[in-house]
Amino acid sequence: MISLAGRDILHGWGRFLLTGVGLGLLIGVTLSMAGIYRGMVEDADVLLKNSGADLWVVQQGTLGPYAEPSSMYEDTYKGITGMQGVALAANITYLTMQVREGIRDVRAMVVGVVPGGPGEPGQPGYLIAGRHITASHYEAVADVKAGFALGDSITIRRNRFRIVGLSRRMVSSGGDPMVFIPLKDAQEAQFLKDNDALLQQRRRITDNPLFNRPGVPGLLEAVIASQTTNLYVNAVLVQLKPGYRPEVVAKNIHRWKQLQVYTQPQMRSILVDKLIATSAKQIGMFLVILSIVSAAIVAFIIYTMTMAKIREIAVLKLIGTKNRVIASMIMQQALGLGAIGFVVGKIIATLWAPYFPRYVLLEPGDAARGFIAIGG
Amino acid sequence: MKFRTINKKVLRLLAVLVPLFLLFVYVALQSGPLAPVPVTVTVVEKKQISPVLFGIGSLEARYTYRIGSVASGRIKTLNVDGGDVVHAGQVLGEIDPVDLDEHLSAQLSGIKRSEATIMTTEALLHEARAKKEFAVGQAKRYELLQQARAASAESVEAKHQEAAIASASVSAAKAGVNAARQELASLKADYQGMVKQRHNLKLIAPVDGLVTSRAAEPGNTVLAGQTVIEMINPKYLWVDVRFDQLQTAGLKAGLSAQITLRSQSNRTFAGSIQRVEPLADRITEETLAKVVFTALPVPIPPVGELCEVTVLLSALPAVPVVPNASIHRVDGLIGVWTIEDSKLHFLTVQTGATDRTGNIQVLSGLKSGATVVVYSKSALHAGSRIKILKNNRKGIPL
Repeated sequence: MISLAGRDILHGWGRFLLTGVGLGLLIGVTLSMAGIYRGMVEDADVLLKNSGADLWVVQQGTLGPYAEPSSMYEDTYKGITGMQGVALAANITYLTMQVREGIRDVRAMVVGVVPGGPGEPGQPGYLIAGRHITASHYEAVADVKAGFALGDSITIRRNRFRIVGLSRRMVSSGGDPMVFIPLKDAQEAQFLKDNDALLQQRRRITDNPLFNRPGVPGLLEAVIASQTTNLYVNAVLVQLKPGYRPEVVAKNIHRWKQLQVYTQPQMRSILVDKLIATSAKQIGMFLVILSIVSAAIVAFIIYTMTMAKIREIAVLKLIGTKNRVIASMIMQQALGLGAIGFVVGKIIATLWAPYFPRYVLLEPGDAARGFIAIGG
Repeated sequence: MKFRTINKKVLRLLAVLVPLFLLFVYVALQSGPLAPVPVTVTVVEKKQISPVLFGIGSLEARYTYRIGSVASGRIKTLNVDGGDVVHAGQVLGEIDPVDLDEHLSAQLSGIKRSEATIMTTEALLHEARAKKEFAVGQAKRYELLQQARAASAESVEAKHQEAAIASASVSAAKAGVNAARQELASLKADYQGMVKQRHNLKLIAPVDGLVTSRAAEPGNTVLAGQTVIEMINPKYLWVDVRFDQLQTAGLKAGLSAQITLRSQSNRTFAGSIQRVEPLADRITEETLAKVVFTALPVPIPPVGELCEVTVLLSALPAVPVVPNASIHRVDGLIGVWTIEDSKLHFLTVQTGATDRTGNIQVLSGLKSGATVVVYSKSALHAGSRIKILKNNRKGIPL
């Protein structure tokens, strides 16, 4: 028995291939869209994983440090280090800002880490060039997505930092590349006012007769000095000793230190369910529409292909071919188109994924589901 | 003929489909979970490393003189301003003495009056002495007359009494002179005291130096102890530097240091650690130290300028050393990824000191000669497929 579908495809093989490629482009877009969503979730996961923390201790009653602002005294970590089950506690600050390099500026999340050593919570997990921060001031490790090169000098607020290392996949939940700088510099960048504001503040205090009293020499200087200290951090990252359950330690810290504590699943839920929820829904909606459109286009293609063969089908019917054979011919052609489309789509999605500004994660599972959907 | 056309068409179709399928397989293997992770590796060597301490501080004057009045008052004159060079003993300004000068002249008049009083009392003493001499002579003469029975006993006794009274008058006059002299001394001492007080209202430079600020103006009322002029000795400048306590092991006086001023970031100045402060900053968790310049920069940078200080410690004994980028944390353990028989293994290590260029000592867990992963394009797991790239990347990221 001859293959009707094969013969028909060979008859118009150019048109068949082009239709398959066109369908592939559409599938590629759909796969990319799913990849963008997966990438957002993956970014959140990577953010959590790379911070190297088992617990996040933040200001009481806040969803910090990623979803809400949180600030707490920098010596809080001392009390936490002493709690049972805590192996290591480290201060950290996060601040999303424009980082200047020469004439251009890059939106980045500036992370202030304790320059203790590799493996400390908050430090980038792995590098792709350079080294970790060794000095306690004015060195930075940047994510490669920020576009900085080793040895570049970047400006954060009033200080200049030298890029000593490059990391990869260290981004905020918004997709901004991270720039790691020593904690004390980051505190200054976050909590220190700009020079004009400082000057104005000093002038105001000096003009205030309450502080500038002739009878109390030194009061003014003391007040001004007390206004320019910055002893806050955004969060304390806690690593646990082996064998302790995060929930128990978190409960203890919450109970005795009066601070908000999040475990990894809780923090993930904040990031995924709260922080990126709207954009994820947006992309999800788009994905649904795209799937419907793709399904409609596939249906139309098969319909027009069948309509174009209406005479041939009529002849087949006249010579007594069974309906089942005709239907299977159309079905085989549709599957062939789907297979070509899927292969082209997957290739294209993979090739253009690195050029997206945000991370696009093409999961094999998604591709398989897509393949089954096309087949279905 | 027909068969051949179909065959040609099949070949054409396959010519497109087969490369497409191969590309698909390649793409599937090069991305996603099946793709090998590009890594660079290095061989662990035994090396000496010199840890470097890095701190920031500000340029400060070693000696700051805050000159103010010891008494409350209004400033009458100020002769200097910030930036002026002054010499030891130079009068920088003066507090208004109000009525002190008048008090002084009153005191001077009192002294003169007292001197006159002394003259008066001395004259009185002379008079009393003259009277006494006469009275004593008279008494002797009357005694002789009594022996010749020419005078009565009563008149002799009267003369004796007169002599005794005159003698007492002399003593009284002497005491008067003494009292007047004491009063003069007291008045003079008072006067001296007031002169000193008057002198004290002058603001005088204690040393040769540089005026750094002028905190009040003529006409301002200042309290006792309030600073009016601040000056420093520009020969003695040092850097008040703060080191993160995490890295201050080995910090001690006498170590040589390099100082970079914020205004001249491409120059370094030689210096040395004068002392490490016995008290650390509890709140900022920093150790404080003072660093002096070997030779002061010319011109003298402004006091308070931000400085970076780098201190080179002596080299540590040679132990296995790896780049700090190769240290990873896996499941709460610090270690390195080693490659044995082209397979990845995670080895837990104990790390030691680190130097400025990012080399870190491995105290235990790793032997020299082992191959460890330095950079990787993504996080590694046991069993990750890896592709080893050339090590010499000249800073180009993977």
